[in-house]
Amino acid sequence: MTNTVATNETILVVGAGISGLTAALESAECGKNVVLIEKNPSVGGRVSQLYKYFPKLCRPSCGLEINLRRLKANPRIKLLTMAEVTGIEGEPGDYRVAVQLQPRYVNENCTACGACAEAVTAEIDDPYNYQLKQIKAAYLPHNMAYPQRYVIDPSILGTEDAEKAKAACRYGAIDLDMQPQSIEIQAGAIIWATGWKPYDAAKIQPYGYDRFANVITSVEFERMMDPFGPTGGKLLRPSDGREAKNVAFIQCAGSRDRNHLTHCSRICCMASLKQATYIGEQYGDDSDARASIYYIDIRVIDRFEDFYEQVRADERVHFIKSKVANITEDRANGDVILHGVDTEGYHRYDNPHELCVLAIGMEPSVDASQINGGVASDASGFIAAGESTGAIFGAGCATNALDVNRAVQSATAASLRAIQVVNQVARAEA
Amino acid sequence: MSDTKTAAYICKGCGLGERLDTAQLANLAESEGKCAITRQHDFLCNQDGVGTIRNDIDNEGVTHVVIAACSRRAKTEAFNFDDVALTRANLREGVVWVRPDSEEARETTQEMADDYVRMACAEIQYMHQPAGNQEAGSNKRILVVGGGVSGMTAALESSKAGYEVLVVEKTAELGGWAAKLHRRVPTREPFADPQDAGVVELIKAINDDQNVQVFLNSTIVRTSGAPGRFSVDIGTESGTTTTENVGAIIQASGFRNYDASQLPELGFGQSPDVVDQAGLEELAKQANGKPIQRPSDGKEVNSVVFIQCAGQRSNAEGHLPYCSGHCCNTSIKQAMYFKDANPGVDTVVMFDDLRTPGNGEDFYRSAQRKGVIFTKGKPQGVNKNNGQLEVKFHDMILDEDAIAKADLVVLATGQVPNSGADIEQLAAASDSEDTQNENAELTVPVDSILNLNYRQGPDLPHLRHGFSDSHFICFPYETRRSGIYTCGPVRRPMDIAQAAVDATGAALKAIQAVENASVGRAAHPRSGDLSFPSFRKEGCTQCKRCTVECPFGAIDEDEERYPVFNESRCRRCGTCMGACPVRVISFENYSVDTVGQQVKAVDMPDEFDEKPRILLLACENDAYPALDMAAQQGLVYSPFVRILPVRCLGSVNAIWISDALNSGYDGIMLMGCKKGDDYQCHFVKGSEMAYDRMGKIDDTLQQLQLETERVVTHEVEITDIHRVPQLINEYAAKIDEIGMNPFKGF
Repeated sequence: MTNTVATNETILVVGAGISGLTAALESAECGKNVVLIEKNPSVGGRVSQLYKYFPKLCRPSCGLEINLRRLKANPRIKLLTMAEVTGIEGEPGDYRVAVQLQPRYVNENCTACGACAEAVTAEIDDPYNYQLKQIKAAYLPHNMAYPQRYVIDPSILGTEDAEKAKAACRYGAIDLDMQPQSIEIQAGAIIWATGWKPYDAAKIQPYGYDRFANVITSVEFERMMDPFGPTGGKLLRPSDGREAKNVAFIQCAGSRDRNHLTHCSRICCMASLKQATYIGEQYGDDSDARASIYYIDIRVIDRFEDFYEQVRADERVHFIKSKVANITEDRANGDVILHGVDTEGYHRYDNPHELCVLAIGMEPSVDASQINGGVASDASGFIAAGESTGAIFGAGCATNALDVNRAVQSATAASLRAIQVVNQVARAEA
Repeated sequence: MSDTKTAAYICKGCGLGERLDTAQLANLAESEGKCAITRQHDFLCNQDGVGTIRNDIDNEGVTHVVIAACSRRAKTEAFNFDDVALTRANLREGVVWVRPDSEEARETTQEMADDYVRMACAEIQYMHQPAGNQEAGSNKRILVVGGGVSGMTAALESSKAGYEVLVVEKTAELGGWAAKLHRRVPTREPFADPQDAGVVELIKAINDDQNVQVFLNSTIVRTSGAPGRFSVDIGTESGTTTTENVGAIIQASGFRNYDASQLPELGFGQSPDVVDQAGLEELAKQANGKPIQRPSDGKEVNSVVFIQCAGQRSNAEGHLPYCSGHCCNTSIKQAMYFKDANPGVDTVVMFDDLRTPGNGEDFYRSAQRKGVIFTKGKPQGVNKNNGQLEVKFHDMILDEDAIAKADLVVLATGQVPNSGADIEQLAAASDSEDTQNENAELTVPVDSILNLNYRQGPDLPHLRHGFSDSHFICFPYETRRSGIYTCGPVRRPMDIAQAAVDATGAALKAIQAVENASVGRAAHPRSGDLSFPSFRKEGCTQCKRCTVECPFGAIDEDEERYPVFNESRCRRCGTCMGACPVRVISFENYSVDTVGQQVKAVDMPDEFDEKPRILLLACENDAYPALDMAAQQGLVYSPFVRILPVRCLGSVNAIWISDALNSGYDGIMLMGCKKGDDYQCHFVKGSEMAYDRMGKIDDTLQQLQLETERVVTHEVEITDIHRVPQLINEYAAKIDEIGMNPFKGF
């Protein structure tokens, strides 16, 4: 992998979530050479962890499959996984980027036959399932993982398990001596698409995410619906594994709040409306299951209004205009009790729920002020819009809290900006 | 065909060697499959295996390759030979991973593998390496329709990448609605105050740009051609017409303001002091930083009420059902016009949900600091009383009816897209004209934006609420007309900031379209595909099904009503091929034969063997991956099924179904994507077409006195990993119940 040929007409894309994948594919399909790097062992980022997309309630892996086909078919894209940028030098049209490659301990001989995972006994917390599930320490990140190649978790290095995995592989794919590598990539322009991460829910102290088992985040809830997720596709609450039928959603958990994130994270209203439909999907029409959405404003702009209307028409979904003040736990049964004031008519409430989902805010997974190379950062750590950042262009949620559609637009736009730079380089050299 | 040489490679890795008789597979490839070279390999995807294939291509003259190993979705980096025709027999995910490893299962498992090798060999004989479109157009100029912020941004960004641009604007000036703004919503930190709209600079940049040519007072009179070779007639107001050739089109035709005179209950038209947001911008421009005066008597406005969602987010007759997205921020900005000039002015924003996503929240907070009042209320009416306006509303917080007095009321009305003619309505209207239906209600015709001379109508299809169709989650720029991209509020309601990003993305797609067209490559989702449909004119009956059913409007008709294929408009889904009753349409590497011969290649046990055969035609985008992943999970399904991936269910030709029934298959399953309004078909209409056609198959089945259950269609999602094997097994049980196909052996 160290022989990656890149020139100053190459576009380097950092991050292979939906934004980075899009930027890389759109650039390559314009005939540009692209190096795409991803810190995880497989591409797809957070969309690959979603159960459904709003508003069509369709499957994110469906679009991912198309993008993977485009990726597999395009010789202009060089993909490096388990790779992170450690430094950027140079100027527009001529960057030299230092990249650190972490060892996978599995080489390209891997056929994904799964023999290593069968041989290994040690288990690790599954990062794909937000640590809610245990998987073997030799693993394929998920069903759609690309590259379709196993990973050996470094925690078993030097143990009998590692040797067992190696012995089980009939294709010489396991190389326990792999070392981290530093490589340098030349690029004319850089697209920075490192995406977002959920705000640390434990910081919202009144909601007790770190104290109450049955307060979870929206990203965790999403994993619970997946038949291959931590609960096998059932809405089982963490405290006692019982089915949760009375579920609360707290909007703006960490967002629109001067103590936490000052911005509105944009996607959380649609995400909770979507997740409210999961309750109906899970329990059917006849059950007494219900969703209660505690909100300040329901922010579903443009045609998403249709979806809001559709969810509002469902009698099982209740809307309470209120910023929840705090949560307590009923120790007897593990229920959580939400306290606050319904501002419509000013009614005080203490509502028990079996499970509470925090519609958690989005923050950039990499603080833009930490990206060397002169990227402008806003107060939240997003790449600031409209500022001159040389030829390093933000794409997707590295630039703001965006939904998938907007992230893809943003990435497509970033692709053009990068192409403008490398075309200029090409013209100068012609 | 004399210079073709076929080789088959049979992998023994991943348990194939232990579970299958690979020597028998090799024999089959040689004897029945007519392969000149057959090789078995212990580990075909390693360097040695791949090197063996490479060597045969380079030194043995191999032109056609059959790889019998894992799924076509696996090991694509290794099995990447783009200079030969290639097919994959799926022995791993398709056979050994879905069958129990037992002595009992061995025979039927081997039969599956045998058949997949037969099918691959049959397919490859009819496959050709695509040569690429020979009539590709190489025009790389980009036409932008609309000279507002979206259009100007698209033009400038395309130009910066080195492309020549034409901008057609129907009015006498560039700038669109944004030029009429006093200020715009801020786009950078601290997001506290309105900022200059920046339109003057944009217009100057356009005028200074040597790459950009502007046509004012002009509209598109006619558009013909295809990506890389569009011909566009640009008509001016004075009646002159210029013809220009371009490679791609960006439609940035924007929006018009909702007609507020439809809101008399909110006082519009009843008092000049009730204005819409555009009207307020005009007043603010006139005041130019000084206190804003009310229109009726020129008195300085001391109190103003903004009514949000006026005529929108409502299902009432004549209202807009959607939210226009920008209006909350716009009202906040407009409230600041008053507060910044005179903090003493009472400004009330009356809202249901205050929608200021992202950093709009900072702007909202800034307005609160400036003393703008936000009231959650439902307006009930606006009346004049003693020279003042009274807004009657229900206060949602206090839960009581109340009245707010104001000198001026601003209605936050919505955006209505300029998306041209609704071609579906046009088609319906022309149908009803054909049938002389007197009751057909013809709506007021809307001027077309693009005036495409396409068979399927003059504009892009509308999707919902009159906005131009585009995929609205994963692939926002995919319209149903290749090489034509929409951006800005014609696509969905949006603000200036989003429109600028959107326009930049659309410019990229337009550039991509001209680059792809010039080398004959397909656009999304089969990006890079060099095959394209060809048709045998002598067999064609001019039935027009292909021209009507193409989801992308790629096929026109000539004077004699023969289809005219516009290759660079084609997305290679094969819906035309599926539509053709006389089977004259084919792709070099995907045709009635490449599939039909596979169907026939399967060995058909006789009636008394008690081994039914089920043909499963699976969409390669969703159903096929789901089947692969089921195999990955070790789920087991019936050994009687033979799975054949298709580009789209829309490409399924009825002849495959009738041939299959005639050759003794006991049942046929089709698995495609969700159809309808919330379609998930990557080719929009493909799966819907398949459903339509299969609906007609029922009649045929009945005529043959076959049970209608012999052909079933399922909507399948890529995540239906547990469901697909279950569907197969249930169907196998069903076939068992209804018995063998009586045509077996005839």
